[in-house]
Amino acid sequence: MRPERSFQGLILALQRYWADHGCVILQPYDMEVGAGTFHPATTLRALGPKPWNAAYVQPSRRPKDGRYGENPNRLQHYYQFQVILKPSPPDIQELYLASLAAIGIDAHLHDIRFVEDDWESPTLGAWGLGWECWCDGMEVSQFTYFQQVAGLECAPVAGELTYGLERLAMYVQGVENVYDLNFNGRDGDEKVTYGDVFLQAEQEYSRHNFEHADTAMLFEQFTMAEKACRSYLDAGWDGAHKERHLMALPAYDQCITASHVFNLLDARGVISVTERQSYILRVRELAKACGEAWVKTAAGGAGA
Amino acid sequence: MPDLLLELFSEEIPARMQARAADDLRRLVADKLVAEGLVYEGIKAFATPRRLALTVHGIPARQPDLKDERKGPRVGAPDAAVQGFLKATGLASLDEATIQKDPKKGEFYVALIERPGRAAIDVIADILPVIIRTFPWPKSMRWGARSAKAGALQWVRPLHAITATFGPETETPDVVPFSVDGIDSGQITYGHRFMAPGAIEVRHFADYEAKLEAAKVVLDAERRRDIILADARQLAFAQGYELIEDQALLEEVAGLVEWPVVLMGSFDPAFLSIPGEVIRATIRHNQKCFVMRDPATGALAPKFVLVANIEASDGGAAIVAGNERVIRARLSDAKFFYDTDLKTKLEDRLPKFSQIVFHEKLGTQAERIDRIERLAVELAPLVGADVEKTRRAARLAKADLLTEVVGEFPELQGVMGRYYALAQGEDAAVAQACEDHYKPQGPTDRVPTDPVAIAVALADKIDTLVGFWAIDEKPTGSKDPYALRRAALGVIRLIINNDLQLKLRHITAEALNLLGESKPDLVDEARQRWQTLYGGDQSIASALEGAFAAVFVKDFLSFFADRLKVQLREQGARHDLVDAVFALGNRDAEGTPVQENVQDDLLLIVRRVEALGNFLDSDDGKNLLAGVKRAINILRIEEKKDGTTFDGAPDATRYTLPEEKQLAAAIAQAKQDAGAAVAQEDFTAAMSAMAKLRPAVDAFFDKVKVNDDDPAIRANRLRLLNEIRTATRTVADFSKIQD
Repeated sequence: MRPERSFQGLILALQRYWADHGCVILQPYDMEVGAGTFHPATTLRALGPKPWNAAYVQPSRRPKDGRYGENPNRLQHYYQFQVILKPSPPDIQELYLASLAAIGIDAHLHDIRFVEDDWESPTLGAWGLGWECWCDGMEVSQFTYFQQVAGLECAPVAGELTYGLERLAMYVQGVENVYDLNFNGRDGDEKVTYGDVFLQAEQEYSRHNFEHADTAMLFEQFTMAEKACRSYLDAGWDGAHKERHLMALPAYDQCITASHVFNLLDARGVISVTERQSYILRVRELAKACGEAWVKTAAGGAGA
Repeated sequence: MPDLLLELFSEEIPARMQARAADDLRRLVADKLVAEGLVYEGIKAFATPRRLALTVHGIPARQPDLKDERKGPRVGAPDAAVQGFLKATGLASLDEATIQKDPKKGEFYVALIERPGRAAIDVIADILPVIIRTFPWPKSMRWGARSAKAGALQWVRPLHAITATFGPETETPDVVPFSVDGIDSGQITYGHRFMAPGAIEVRHFADYEAKLEAAKVVLDAERRRDIILADARQLAFAQGYELIEDQALLEEVAGLVEWPVVLMGSFDPAFLSIPGEVIRATIRHNQKCFVMRDPATGALAPKFVLVANIEASDGGAAIVAGNERVIRARLSDAKFFYDTDLKTKLEDRLPKFSQIVFHEKLGTQAERIDRIERLAVELAPLVGADVEKTRRAARLAKADLLTEVVGEFPELQGVMGRYYALAQGEDAAVAQACEDHYKPQGPTDRVPTDPVAIAVALADKIDTLVGFWAIDEKPTGSKDPYALRRAALGVIRLIINNDLQLKLRHITAEALNLLGESKPDLVDEARQRWQTLYGGDQSIASALEGAFAAVFVKDFLSFFADRLKVQLREQGARHDLVDAVFALGNRDAEGTPVQENVQDDLLLIVRRVEALGNFLDSDDGKNLLAGVKRAINILRIEEKKDGTTFDGAPDATRYTLPEEKQLAAAIAQAKQDAGAAVAQEDFTAAMSAMAKLRPAVDAFFDKVKVNDDDPAIRANRLRLLNEIRTATRTVADFSKIQD
């Protein structure tokens, strides 16, 4: 399972590397999200005083990026490898560079650069400063020091690393088209490509995302998720003084749903420019309320 | 004398912030040193992606001793005053004060405060942590475990090490001892991230710079730029090409590397079917690489130059191959966008504009395009443009905003419009107008010369200006979010560079009219606002239907007048001459002010200023100016004395001396001739006519005593002087001209 031979080899190498550096290796969150950051292991765990080091693959959905399987670089479903280190360790850049070495990128052969890229997620009410990491002119990761998440200051600050796995794999495997990636590292008849695994899905979901997704249902789902999030948050407060919260995670799931449903509606082109802003704001309000609840839970540091 | 070396070593600083940060560091340290009495000989700051550095040369080893004498209360003053004095001066008791005598105030206390200067290194150790903690980064951040605490250090990216040494060049310097948020100052820094990552002990600046160089770090950004530019030119030249230079890109890439290594790559020549501007934008923006051209044809070459940060173990082959792959993918995208764009005709994109808001109050892009089209059609005959071509160009000029390529690279707006217009077989003038109607964008941008482009460019800018004027979004002070000053300057340059005579008053009124048709509520609202501001009586204002437009246009044209003044001054015209012409207002051929008192024909103003300048350079001009000023001064004094004005025609029967009669006759002649010349817009002739006044004016002042004993004769002579003033106003207000 050499990382430059197969897509899964790359994933396994990254998992092993970060496991060796003390990260909890999680599995993907079992909901549709737009990016690895949405996983509660990042969004919520970035808040509060407790140390937290975790790494995981997160399948990510960006309905608008679907290209019916016809574009060699764009996908509506792709993988991110996400690392969160809280507090950000002093040698986090060196750790990151060593992870590139672990997947076969030799820093004496390639030109690795940290190029300014400030990150902001309007739906999560989050921002941070950092870079896009370039390898020979290609962006292979994003590197962010979270300053604020869900409208709350990060104290301490967490460092977040996000590897675009398909792009990275294309680079180390030397292929031009994502669907040509070797998935399992076998040759000949035993070889399974990324296209074998995902091409049909890209075609089907592009049709769904752009043409058939049931917008009436989605509008209703958005409202339902928003309402449920609010009611779980209300019900979760333990006692009148709001010192403890007992249901931040289930409420946050509804926030995730609202966000994904919004992305689907956006892809269907049924949200106007002005409405768009108000939907983003509505999701952000949910994220903020979930963040406020989270910091009143045990993992969020309440009573610590 | 000792030198200071300071280095702040951090994670990668954004390229765009480096130059400014070096400058800020230099300024902040310089100001503090001087404020502390440490006047140095030289100072220089540097920035690389990972460090800010500063060298200060020739700092005194100690601050000068301070002696201060403070006067206190008189001897025997109330205790409160004495206590206050002691507290302010830090004296323990009055015994430490001396007593001085003053003939007026008597005896009073004086405190002699002597503060011995501190060692410079101690002062610097106090100064630097404050500067670091309050450094003005445009954006700064917290990091690491310390970020959990309030008051944690903020820096642009995590700060790792501080080098601070102080001492004479010839000796081993001392470390300036201080600590900022857990980082102790020292003399250890680090070399290139990959090629020489080890710790380096540094002493003074020369040692520091040399050791960094050995550790593959070029400290000076200017040197990095020079290396990149020279190597890039050389690589291009070796292939028979010429580098397309790009200063902003050069500065950016010099801020992305500590050790520039310039390499050349290629792309498939088949991509050259994409417009060169698109290729350049793709390679520049996404990859921060330079492109080159064939010097013989000017056409883009299928090559690019990249700047790496490392001498790779394979000589850069893998780096070039990697960049080529990325550029291939990017150009494939660009080609796809361009080919996709070509499948849709520009006019077929237009309906979408009705869903795109240009400005909340000013409506959609579609409404705006309609107005521009109608205004451009009105303007076309005035600028010699074909009406139908102008109509077509105005209709299509904005359509490229909805193309994929412009969506990806907004700065290609207009350029792509021209390509797409030509591709669908539009007339060359129409296509050119698609590109040029945005021009000129600034004082150095090219000014369109084709009449169709001029008409559309004027209509676009005037509609913008009138629109934002109507919703009261005028520029104020340094705030000009809609770049209205630039638009006004654009109109001015279009008019002057193309020798266009346009009545801006009429055009503005027309633009306002069009706005009123598309947005009646908005114009109503503006009308009410203006009535409150200027109109006074509502009933009168509403009775005079044109009053609003007149007031609006006047206000609007004053803005133009100001922009024109700025423009003329920047071109080197004397500001007093500009004022002298502007002070005229609009006058008819007789020199009588017409109702609206702002001139609206920019070209005439410019010509008038030029003619006036030439005239005043001649002897006739200088002497006439002296005479006219004398007349104006006498009038001002006498009018003030009498509390009246001496306007109105003089009575010819009261002339007693031949010089009076001759002057009256000369004035009448000059007025007539100059008036006729002005009517024909021949300002040089007008000035010559005015010059003929000079002998009569000189003779008058030579022979005639203005303040005659007979009050009637005096008044008549003053009226005659007033005639001089009036007559010269045919060409300029001479009272505004400086000697």
